[in-house]
Amino acid sequence: MRIKQGTFSTLPDLTDDEIKAQIQYCIDQGWAVSVEFTDDPHPRNIYWELWGMPMFDTQDASACFTEVAACREAYPKHYIKVNGYNARYTKQTIGLSFIVNRPETEPGFRLDRTELNDRHIAYTMHSYAAEVPHGTRYQDSDGKGPEPD
Amino acid sequence: MAENGQKTAGPAGKADFTRQALKGEKRWGAGVIPYAKMGYWEPDYTPKDTDIISAFRITPQKGVDPIEAGAAVAGESSTATWTVVWTDRLTAYENYQAKCFKVEAVPGTEDQHIAYIAHDIDLFEEGSIANLTSSIIGNVFGFKALKALRLEDQRIPPHYLKTFQGPAHGIVMEREYLNKYGRPLLGATIKPKLGLSARNYGRVVYEALKGGLDFTKDDENINSQPFGRWRDRYLHCIEAVKRAEERTGEIKGHYMNVTAATMEDMYERAAFAKELGSIIIMIDLTIGYTATQSMAKYARANGMILHMHRAGHGTYTRQKNHGVSFRVISKWMRMAGVDHIHAGTVVGKLEGDPNMIAGYYDTLRDDFVGVNPQNGIYFDQPWQSMPGVMPVASGGIHAGQMHQLLHYLGEDVVLQFGGGSIGHPMGIEAGAECNRVAVEAMIKARNEGRDYMKEGEDILKKAARQYPSLQQALDTWGEISFNYESTDTPDVTPTPTS
Repeated sequence: MRIKQGTFSTLPDLTDDEIKAQIQYCIDQGWAVSVEFTDDPHPRNIYWELWGMPMFDTQDASACFTEVAACREAYPKHYIKVNGYNARYTKQTIGLSFIVNRPETEPGFRLDRTELNDRHIAYTMHSYAAEVPHGTRYQDSDGKGPEPD
Repeated sequence: MAENGQKTAGPAGKADFTRQALKGEKRWGAGVIPYAKMGYWEPDYTPKDTDIISAFRITPQKGVDPIEAGAAVAGESSTATWTVVWTDRLTAYENYQAKCFKVEAVPGTEDQHIAYIAHDIDLFEEGSIANLTSSIIGNVFGFKALKALRLEDQRIPPHYLKTFQGPAHGIVMEREYLNKYGRPLLGATIKPKLGLSARNYGRVVYEALKGGLDFTKDDENINSQPFGRWRDRYLHCIEAVKRAEERTGEIKGHYMNVTAATMEDMYERAAFAKELGSIIIMIDLTIGYTATQSMAKYARANGMILHMHRAGHGTYTRQKNHGVSFRVISKWMRMAGVDHIHAGTVVGKLEGDPNMIAGYYDTLRDDFVGVNPQNGIYFDQPWQSMPGVMPVASGGIHAGQMHQLLHYLGEDVVLQFGGGSIGHPMGIEAGAECNRVAVEAMIKARNEGRDYMKEGEDILKKAARQYPSLQQALDTWGEISFNYESTDTPDVTPTPTS
């Protein structure tokens, strides 16, 4: 399956130049660019790991992209996303958020159903990736995965 | 009041009216005196910061003085009745009298005027749309001396605004809750809107959400009919929502319409939706202002987004000379506390002049809305950080219009493609996918600096090369548009500069 989180997940993966163009858009809006990564892509996992702080003062898309590349280098099999943060009064939230890296195979989720009374079912989303500990998810066939974060 | 508008009529009245407020004994003599002379016309009045100010479009009967008509609206929407009553003198009546302070002829019309009327904040109960509207639009619309009357706009002072809850969550919280940023949200109303069994209904929900939509929606008139009762529908819809979340790894929702005959029924349905884990419920405008405020409170307390379908609004918003403008309804609904409201599409099948719709969208979303005659905005309206309402565009729109939709409606909007998803020749999932591809491709192109309005068709055609579902949509609906003249248009149009 392909996880459809982020602004451009239905489109083919963005190329590096396309990623830079989106970063440039964020900078042009006055937004701070940040990079986050995770190996727990549950849709209710709000807090992905921060790859450093938001780059509040970086006005150069290439410099921001260097951080994307460094994060990819360190976590090639994690989900990585780029956020543009809009600190403007009355917004003060993310303005754009898109995935720039994902594991080769995405095992996805299983829906667990607990039958309650009166035909009411309680649902839980079970992430296959999270069946094993952090750092051992999305391994290659040779068993080598990224280091634990 | 008694509907005795006749006292204001007569050509004589227009010529030699002094209109000045009478003082002393003359003011309090028993009988009928014109509203203007009773103090409801005060051309020198400077509205206070705390006043509620309304702009009414008045069309007086032939021979009725427009100023007297404006004064009459001020009078009847505040303290006046048709004759002098001595009991006014038991009150500080000058404080409670609304004041018509300006009447302007509308250019290009024969008999229309805009009357500006200030109401003291003391006239209204805190946090009650019902009370506000019972005064402002309660009595005056049937006034015999007027041929027609329309409430065009209102300035709600922060002092009064802050007594209202406002949106249960608002745009920012909704996006953070959904974890969806940077693009319009996508939805679809389940069709056919009537007749599907609960099981069939849930099938459409599942296919549409799995295909890429964020939301599906009950239609306004699906409540709990013999072909599908509410509880069964909710159970099947939540199964569909959860399955679609599992397949896509993103948050989905189905607007469960809780509209019902009584508040008790609505609370029961909303409580069940909450128990099922639904992230959103829905009400119709037909439930009324008080029920809306109650549901807004409930939605905030129980963590569900509140969607409003503006069922019935066309009966009073559409005609330019009579009723209540939708920009006023938008304002009231933001105060009342809905998170979503249908507000027009510009390009779809339903009424909507682009400028008027821009005015509604600004009113719903912005923190400060400035005077803008072209968009029908008569007053500066500061919102004092009251969260914005997500406007919803629904009715006859399709993927081929994505560049226009983004241009006219912006990013903080729910675009609803009901027919445009469910009517897709390759099926519902493909229909949903083509809309998602179109919106992502258009946002991506815009962010890359492309002139997406001009190059919109090319952007879509290029995206369609990889997505047959989008190509099919363009082939099927590419030429469809609804070009009818709007009935509700601005009085002011920009002068061409080239």
